[in-house]
Amino acid sequence: MAFRGAVITFPGSNCDRDMAVALEKVSGTPALRVWHGDADLPERLDFVGVPGGFSYGDYLRCGAIASRSPIMRAVVEAAGRGVPVLGVCNGFQVLTESGLLPGALMRNAQLTFTCRTVPLRVENSQSLFTGGYEQGQQVMLPVAHHDGNYFADEETLDRLEGEGRVAFRYLDACNGSRRDIAGILNTAGNVLGMMPHPERAIEADHGGSDGRALFQNAVESLIAA
Amino acid sequence: MKVRIHVSLKPGVLDPQGRAVHHALEGLGFTGVEDVRVGRLIELDVADGTSEAQLEEMCRKLLANTVIENFRVETAEAA
Repeated sequence: MAFRGAVITFPGSNCDRDMAVALEKVSGTPALRVWHGDADLPERLDFVGVPGGFSYGDYLRCGAIASRSPIMRAVVEAAGRGVPVLGVCNGFQVLTESGLLPGALMRNAQLTFTCRTVPLRVENSQSLFTGGYEQGQQVMLPVAHHDGNYFADEETLDRLEGEGRVAFRYLDACNGSRRDIAGILNTAGNVLGMMPHPERAIEADHGGSDGRALFQNAVESLIAA
Repeated sequence: MKVRIHVSLKPGVLDPQGRAVHHALEGLGFTGVEDVRVGRLIELDVADGTSEAQLEEMCRKLLANTVIENFRVETAEAA
């Protein structure tokens, strides 16, 4: 059956098209586009992308207003049923604010907006999203954020590490994140939030294609399932 | 009824903005500032009779992120 992926657009999203293009490039099927005010997701979805950007102008806290939008209630419900959900950058912030992932993303420790390509280590290559990488593999992905400083209490951090839920780690201090965490999975492994942008690195023309394996593995696994 | 919601970072949560403000104060020659924490003040105008419980629910559900922030509700008429 053809792959059915959807990408959410909030007012202020700016990576929604990039994520839709990435999904289409690897699946051959255009991604469905969903507006934040919609109450329901399209039926029979294989994948939901929550994109980067500055939803609702980052008012109150990054991702705070978006996480309370009508469509996010549907996304939380779908994630609970096991539908894979990928949140990138502002999408990661939305997923923590919605309670799908633990912790919070605070202002970068160095206070500056960080926009560069950074080295990451793949810490868990067993998930739907990271199965296309080798355990411990180093990948280069772009980051572009002001609020990517991952915070959680020690107990939560220990649990994330113990359960293999740290998906990606920064190899150089990027933003002050606790334990250099760049991306985490939920308990069931069907929700991934990460600050780096895999959708901005899927072709050589992007300056690197290390992000492609993430989409490739997810799409191929889901089509095969 | 006027209500003030004070949102502040929990103790132990690093506050990069507070640290920057602290440095700036020192740069202006103010000495003796031990620490700076930056928070947020939200003013609400709510219907009379809005309960403390309702206000706290607003804080927990949206106005504060209780992973990193504490909140205090101030309902003084003078607010």
